[in-house]
Amino acid sequence: MTRVKHCAFVLIVAITAAGSYGQVTFERLVNAAKEPQNWLTYSGDYAGRRFSPLDQINTANARSLVAKWVYQTAATGKFETTPLVVDGILYATGQDDRAFALDARTGRPIWLYQRQLPADIRPCCGRVNRGLAILGDKVFMATLDAHVIALDAKTGNLIWDVSAVDYKNGYSFTLAPLAVKNFIVVGISGGEYGIRGFIDAYDADTGKRKWRFYTVPGPGEPGHDSWEGESWKIGGAPAWITGVYDPATNQLFWPTGNPSPSNRGEGRAGDNLYSNTLLALDADTGKLNWHFQFTKHDEHDWDATQVPIMIDSGAKHLIAQANRNGFFYVVDRTNGKLLSANAYAKTTWSGGKDAEGRPVANKESSPTPEGRTVCPGAIGSTNWMSPTFDSQTGLFYVTAREECDIFSTAPQPYEAGHAYYGSAYFPSDKAEPYWGALRALDPNNGQLKWEFRHLSPTYSGVLSTAGGLLFTGDAEGNFIALDAATGKPLWHFQMGGAVYASPMAFAVDGREYVAIAAGSSLYTFGLP
Amino acid sequence: MRRMQALRLRTLELAVLLVLLTSVNVPAADRNPFAGDPKAAKAGEFEFRINCAFCHGLGARGGRGPDLTHAQKRHGSSDTDLFQNISNGIPGTAMPANGTNGQGVGMTDEEIWQIITYLRSIEVKAPSQPIGNAIQGKQLFYGDANCSLCHMFEGKGGRVGPDLTGAGASRTVEALIESVRNPSQKLAWGLTEPTKEFAQEYETVTVFMPDGKQIKGVAFNEDNFSLQMMDANEKIHLLEKDKVSSIKKSRESLMPVYDNTLLSDEDLHDIIAYLQGVGSK
Repeated sequence: MTRVKHCAFVLIVAITAAGSYGQVTFERLVNAAKEPQNWLTYSGDYAGRRFSPLDQINTANARSLVAKWVYQTAATGKFETTPLVVDGILYATGQDDRAFALDARTGRPIWLYQRQLPADIRPCCGRVNRGLAILGDKVFMATLDAHVIALDAKTGNLIWDVSAVDYKNGYSFTLAPLAVKNFIVVGISGGEYGIRGFIDAYDADTGKRKWRFYTVPGPGEPGHDSWEGESWKIGGAPAWITGVYDPATNQLFWPTGNPSPSNRGEGRAGDNLYSNTLLALDADTGKLNWHFQFTKHDEHDWDATQVPIMIDSGAKHLIAQANRNGFFYVVDRTNGKLLSANAYAKTTWSGGKDAEGRPVANKESSPTPEGRTVCPGAIGSTNWMSPTFDSQTGLFYVTAREECDIFSTAPQPYEAGHAYYGSAYFPSDKAEPYWGALRALDPNNGQLKWEFRHLSPTYSGVLSTAGGLLFTGDAEGNFIALDAATGKPLWHFQMGGAVYASPMAFAVDGREYVAIAAGSSLYTFGLP
Repeated sequence: MRRMQALRLRTLELAVLLVLLTSVNVPAADRNPFAGDPKAAKAGEFEFRINCAFCHGLGARGGRGPDLTHAQKRHGSSDTDLFQNISNGIPGTAMPANGTNGQGVGMTDEEIWQIITYLRSIEVKAPSQPIGNAIQGKQLFYGDANCSLCHMFEGKGGRVGPDLTGAGASRTVEALIESVRNPSQKLAWGLTEPTKEFAQEYETVTVFMPDGKQIKGVAFNEDNFSLQMMDANEKIHLLEKDKVSSIKKSRESLMPVYDNTLLSDEDLHDIIAYLQGVGSK
């Protein structure tokens, strides 16, 4: 009898222990730096730094890096994921809204979830997904048919599935959600379809919507008068990249995208708030605390959907963004005031600044029916690929693209669920050939410290590590390790497919790995 | 009995459905509902800019992709052909299927028809007379003008320059003249990722080797660490950048400038007539 009791007690202890193992609490997310072996959010921490505190792989041994394992998604199209790693298990997404869990040490699959997507979804730029959020014992995915879903982290079983909005009107999700407290924050895509953008928060346990912030204000709301007539209804301003979270002030900082139609300002006179804006939202309510608009009344599709990075410098609480419009902005995150804006790539659209120091557009940069050459081009001086901030060097690193395009207007009527660009762009045969660079910027003065040239522009993001290294990819399929202090390349590996993703790092059994998606494969590298 | 009725009804329904389907489906890909409608042509012009001008140029006069103002098109000239080519792409070429180039979104059938209406509105009828003498042109191409030393045509010729088999059908006479008189003018500009699948750029490269030797030719491909190229003798060189002294790239074409002294207008017209396939067979 006693023995049976004892056994039952052991079993209960075992179950309790198993139940708590791998549970990702909000506290763990806040203190992500305390578990450098794990990568718990899209950008690795709430500040958006994409910095790994791991230093086993470092400037002294990077030359000996080797491929450790490769996982193939067996799908085509751009593979944009940043994996999460929690206690030896890697969670990621693939093309066509796949989600999977792998043994992070071997790459062997644990489970695969394949969303059955309707045939008539409306992705703008490929059937892509950038990753998952994890909280408790669930992972969360935002889907191309505009649903938010929760999966059992251990089995991949669907736990809940909610529709955020009707995808048939041009809405979709492509971003990795952000888990905060007990809810999941997502931002919508669809700036090419004349949507009305929003950012949503969902209860992590039930999927019940907690709040919605419309990025285009409705009648009676502040900012509504920045839209001409009824244009706000189809004003765009999507929010398709994962924002950042400040636990100290319980604020989300979330960037938004282009007004619709993207390259034609006619019919939407005004600043078009809150397109191309950094929003400071109360995380519990979604209420707007402040906003900073990077590009007013944008006519070049320069979404501000680049991950902003919170930087604390002495007593200063900053947030920095290298924007698609070619300027590197540093903003006081306590009040949204602009501190500096410096060009980090070739720009021709702005010749002056307003009273706040914000670059303003020249009249001559507006697209015309005949077309006008403007720099940067439509893809921008950078795009959604993540930058990184390394507190050891104090530098902000960004993938820059040097390209100019001819911007031409092409009026289109609005029709729900239907492409609505109002514009076209193409390379000028008189322009310089496109090229790219990894650039190191000093947030104190916006100055360029060094650059590493890419032969052609890349969509690879950048990772910095405590090993004094930067990792990035290129359009030619290389994965490259560089010295973060000098930009000198130390090692490279040809992966056979272009990179449309940002790298991350993790460790299992005390061994550090660096991972990147390229082609249709997820690659990991480590020391021999 | 009831069951029989139900079956008969179903058969009738099926027949009606079949008729409906047939009457709806066939015209969708067969007949342009907007033929000759200037409003549709205007809408089509804008759609063309958004979806097609990136490769085919503003005004459809060609760029990376063929000039589409020709009435005779290489991959079919009927409305059905155009509709199919835009919808499904053209296998074996860089022409993608509607909505699959990774940039932007697909067009509706209606928009495709608008584009076809636009293309019809700007079509230039082919001249009834060939521009020159194709037989003379063939002799020049393989003889005195030295074109075939570098260019392939229907399987015969060199490899250092682009294969010209399809050039006559896809380029305007003006574009062909310009590429002979001023070969560097349209040497392809830098490629963006979605257009990387295009054929090589024919960028001129000169590699300086540590032993003082030089290799000059055209690049097949290149990344930050290696270079794959062909020299003027069609020898392929596979080079690691850290093992060469330096690399000079130029957007000056390796092709000599054929001005009037090197090639008269008459001879050039003959060669173009040959490329266009007029009377050459």
